[in-house]
Amino acid sequence: MTSSMFVQHFLNALTLGSLYALIAIGYTMVYGILRLINFAHGEIFMLGAYFVFWGVVLLHLPWPVAVLGAILITALTGVLVDRVAYRPLREAPRISALISSIGVSFFLQNLAVVVFSAIPRQVYRPEWLTKVMIVGKVRVLPLTLFVPALSLVLMLGSIYIVYKTKPGLGMRAIAKDIETSRLMGVPVNRIISLTFGLGSALAAASGIMWALRYPQLQPIMGVIPGFKAFIAAVLGGIGSIGGAVVGGVLLGFVEIMLVAFMPELAGFRDAFAFVLLIVILLFRPTGLFGERLEDKV
Amino acid sequence: MLSLENLQVYYGAIHAIKGISITIPKGKVVTLIGANGAGKSTVLRAISGLAKPRSGRIVYNQAEITGWPPENVVRQGIALAPEGRRILPHLTVFENLQLGAYSRSDKAGIAEDIDKVNGLFPRLQERAQQKGGTLSGGEQQMLAVARALMSRPQVLMLDEPSLGLAPKLVAEVFEIIRAINAQGCTVLLVEQNAFTALRIADYAYVLEVGTIVLEGEGEALLHDERVRAAYLGG
Repeated sequence: MTSSMFVQHFLNALTLGSLYALIAIGYTMVYGILRLINFAHGEIFMLGAYFVFWGVVLLHLPWPVAVLGAILITALTGVLVDRVAYRPLREAPRISALISSIGVSFFLQNLAVVVFSAIPRQVYRPEWLTKVMIVGKVRVLPLTLFVPALSLVLMLGSIYIVYKTKPGLGMRAIAKDIETSRLMGVPVNRIISLTFGLGSALAAASGIMWALRYPQLQPIMGVIPGFKAFIAAVLGGIGSIGGAVVGGVLLGFVEIMLVAFMPELAGFRDAFAFVLLIVILLFRPTGLFGERLEDKV
Repeated sequence: MLSLENLQVYYGAIHAIKGISITIPKGKVVTLIGANGAGKSTVLRAISGLAKPRSGRIVYNQAEITGWPPENVVRQGIALAPEGRRILPHLTVFENLQLGAYSRSDKAGIAEDIDKVNGLFPRLQERAQQKGGTLSGGEQQMLAVARALMSRPQVLMLDEPSLGLAPKLVAEVFEIIRAINAQGCTVLLVEQNAFTALRIADYAYVLEVGTIVLEGEGEALLHDERVRAAYLGG
């Protein structure tokens, strides 16, 4: 393999990994607080991409405006999903909310079929992101630099919110002990809404960038990335934001490099993600950075 | 300042509090003593909003707060240092203190109060950046009290602050409770350690399976035959 090809593979891997990581953060934050695996998260990712399409094609908004609007509306959708489908089940056994999230996932997929139709849509892609640049001997798609860079900014932003702000302190407190947090005055429902909003905004950003990289919209486009990001979150240690980032990037590299070095295995790309998950869980049941799991008292 | 009127609390089918009335006058230390399972913690949980009373009233500063959610109760100035301390083990000591001030938004006042509790508990200042889970039992108890103080309460409720502490530390904790009270904070103290609690209390109630069986001034109960027989070992 030539070094210029390696650089391209490297950037592709970093791009895919960043996109997984952004989705994985949403899984891990919701799990950290509610011990809920939000299976509708992949559909939130899909909605983000479709909202941009809507904004550009139907409302004729400039692309950046459509992107910001889509992220905002997707965040609100995430908050609404929690309000309607999970909050009424807060006191119910955990499995009930899990099943509810599977229901929301199917509901949103089918809603997308009705609203956007199942016909795959082409997305608008700004030229400055897709015009190949030649740097030395390397052909670089600007997108593969833009996606990791923007993802990094978003991840650092999320980490800042969780570790350096007052609502972030509330999130970390609720994750360990809801009752004591309430005693201290933490508005638990508001913090949970914020968590869903933040996670959904990151998923929307990921969905939008995914659609730039793989420019075809379909109502089921969130299923596989959603599963992969879930694997990434578990790999990294679910509940840990740093773990979700490392898990996502790791998974991106494994998938791209596997196909790059062993093209004959390309068809097994998705299977390898799951094999990696099984192997890591066998040796480290709590993932790479996971804390020892304990049931909340 | 704070009063309970004929309060009844159920836990599912269990009748935990069977109609009790208690008055906590401003600036005093009132204690609630009784054996394990008498319902002492339930009374505090009902006041702070963690348990919903079935009937009866909780009145605070002339306003009824019965059934209010905990985040509103603490905002009104009633703080609880809960049973078992409930320190957040993964947050630093400093973050635990900040959490205690979550109901407030006056940054300058919070910083001032952090200095103030650090003055009361110098050991917490030394351990400010340490995780709450690494503290010893005594230090955790001090942190629980300090954290409750961070909401700048008018009424401080303490649930078994002496539990699991060495006698020397118990004395230290009670000395601090006395000091907090001397600064004008009203205290409602729940204790199994009746002897120590009665000595610092202005007024005391004895709770037995959800009912008040005896009440009186702390000093008087300390010498009461029935209390001595039941709680002070004769």
